[in-house]
Amino acid sequence: MLLLHLARRSLTNRLLTTSLTALSIAFSVALLVGVENVRTGMRESFSNTVSGTDLIVGSRGGTIQLLLYSVFGMGSPIANISYETWKKWDEHPAVSWTIPYALGDSHRGFRVIGTNETFYERYRYRGGQPISLAEGRPASGVFDVVLGAEVATRLGYTLGEQIAVTHGMSAVGFMNHDEMPFEVVGILERTFTPVDRAVYVTLEGVTAMHMGWESGAPPMPGEEVHADDVLAMEEVHVSQITSFFLGAESRALTLQIQREISTSEEEPMTAVIPGVALSEMWRGISYAEDGLRVISGFVVLVGILGMLVSIYTSLEARRREMAILRALGAGPRRIVSLLVLEAGLLSAMGAALGVGLVYAGLFVLQPWLEGRFGLLVPIRMLDGVQLAFVGAVIVLGFAAGLVPAVKAYRTALHDGLSVRV
Amino acid sequence: MRFAYPGGATVIDIAALTIERGERVFLYGPSGSGKTTLLGLVAGVLRPPSGTLHVLGHDVGALSSPARDRLRATHIGYIFQMFNLIPYLNVRDNIALPVRIASERRDRLNGSLATAVADAATHLGIEGLLDEEVTRLSVGQQQRVAAARALLGSPELIIADEPTSALDTDRRIAFLELLFRSVEDAGSTLLFVSHDLGLADEFDRSLSLSDLNRAGG
Repeated sequence: MLLLHLARRSLTNRLLTTSLTALSIAFSVALLVGVENVRTGMRESFSNTVSGTDLIVGSRGGTIQLLLYSVFGMGSPIANISYETWKKWDEHPAVSWTIPYALGDSHRGFRVIGTNETFYERYRYRGGQPISLAEGRPASGVFDVVLGAEVATRLGYTLGEQIAVTHGMSAVGFMNHDEMPFEVVGILERTFTPVDRAVYVTLEGVTAMHMGWESGAPPMPGEEVHADDVLAMEEVHVSQITSFFLGAESRALTLQIQREISTSEEEPMTAVIPGVALSEMWRGISYAEDGLRVISGFVVLVGILGMLVSIYTSLEARRREMAILRALGAGPRRIVSLLVLEAGLLSAMGAALGVGLVYAGLFVLQPWLEGRFGLLVPIRMLDGVQLAFVGAVIVLGFAAGLVPAVKAYRTALHDGLSVRV
Repeated sequence: MRFAYPGGATVIDIAALTIERGERVFLYGPSGSGKTTLLGLVAGVLRPPSGTLHVLGHDVGALSSPARDRLRATHIGYIFQMFNLIPYLNVRDNIALPVRIASERRDRLNGSLATAVADAATHLGIEGLLDEEVTRLSVGQQQRVAAARALLGSPELIIADEPTSALDTDRRIAFLELLFRSVEDAGSTLLFVSHDLGLADEFDRSLSLSDLNRAGG
């Protein structure tokens, strides 16, 4: 009790140094704990990029690749699947709905996704939120296009705008489907997922823009198929799609459908359960997060080291105090305990302050993080890992106190009651 | 009795010195005569010397370091030349400190700690300063707080290391009288070290450390 009293009084006596030291520990703890919060938020945002979908199906290949090009708009598929196969699964009795995706073209660096009206009805993200249109209507005509929120903002497009689509993913459109302009008919509400960074047309639209491009190269002059030619056709025949999202009639059927698709004789296909594939993928990319953790760990060490230095340098000025305590009957062990206790108290205060900073910061920044990055960092109790970190900081603080304490112990033994300068 | 700091030359070399209980001894010690070292030995802060040293009937050489700390805490009051007080405690807490460091000292108090502190303060005429911050006191007031603290619980031995050297002459005499009266009331032995020979006449006995200490320069 006496030591606690002395330690507290001694710390408040050096209020400026104490608060600066505690603050530096607080910032490092805030970083450590905050990184964990952001990490959790990222993991949750990530695994909620798509929800409500039981399976994502594409041509046979890696599950992560399928996830990347279907959900995250990254990379490209190796092969397509036939329209007939998709139709078969769309009408399968165990399947409730499917959303087809036809990929491969872009508009000024943003992906063009050929899909159908089910996309607007069934696509879900982050805990089952449906996508909705901020303006206009879903794409239904061959040359209708709906913009993701980010695309609309970045390119400054409004309803009624005529746009051309580029073959492949080059941002510089030297292979433009100029002969077939599309018209913006709708703009999606922001979702803070990759949905915002794509433009959406119909499956027929994707087929139409490739007419005359069957060889893979631009049509020869004079052989271009123009929009009017397409509109004159009775029906645009879609032959291929890239992948499709699938909702089963019941969750329980998912595994059965997955097995059936994977073993299907007609066409080699891969079906992944998004949740499983997403967490598998997260494990792959979470190394970066581990790096962040290590760095914030080092920042904490620096904070503790700063405290150690500040206590150590204060010792010289406190030799007098130590001599008085000795004269009054305090053993060298008391002196050691006092300094260790001061260090421990400092780091505990710093840790508490740091946790407070995290909550205050989250409270202020949470809306901004969600609005700017689509990152929902949840405000909740510290989890086990975070508590362990905070505990470790406090223990480390006590341990760091041993260094100046041992120095003081030696000084006390040697000085006795005099203070040699 | 001989003593040398680790790795240093002998600082104390005294053939024999006896101080009776209840005596008020003036020890003349010019700087460099080893007085602080001698006091550190008597107080049991430094490791025991070679030879024999008995303090209040205890053979200091036979005591462990914690036992010496306990002996000091319980039976010895110590007054420094200056800067006697813990800067971040107020007067009351400073006076009470020895009791809070060593519970054995509490047994020596008549009544509660609060009463004992108030009594000690009254004795030294600082009862009005109990709640002051020590940094706001004059040097004379600080020394009286230090004396009150040393006398709390009436320890058998009061060691004073030039307690008056920071005071001006008239305050010096006043402080000394106050100290004598308190020591007498407590029935303590007083070992008073100073290089101010003018004070020597006030004491029962006067010794010169430079004569006693053969190691002194």
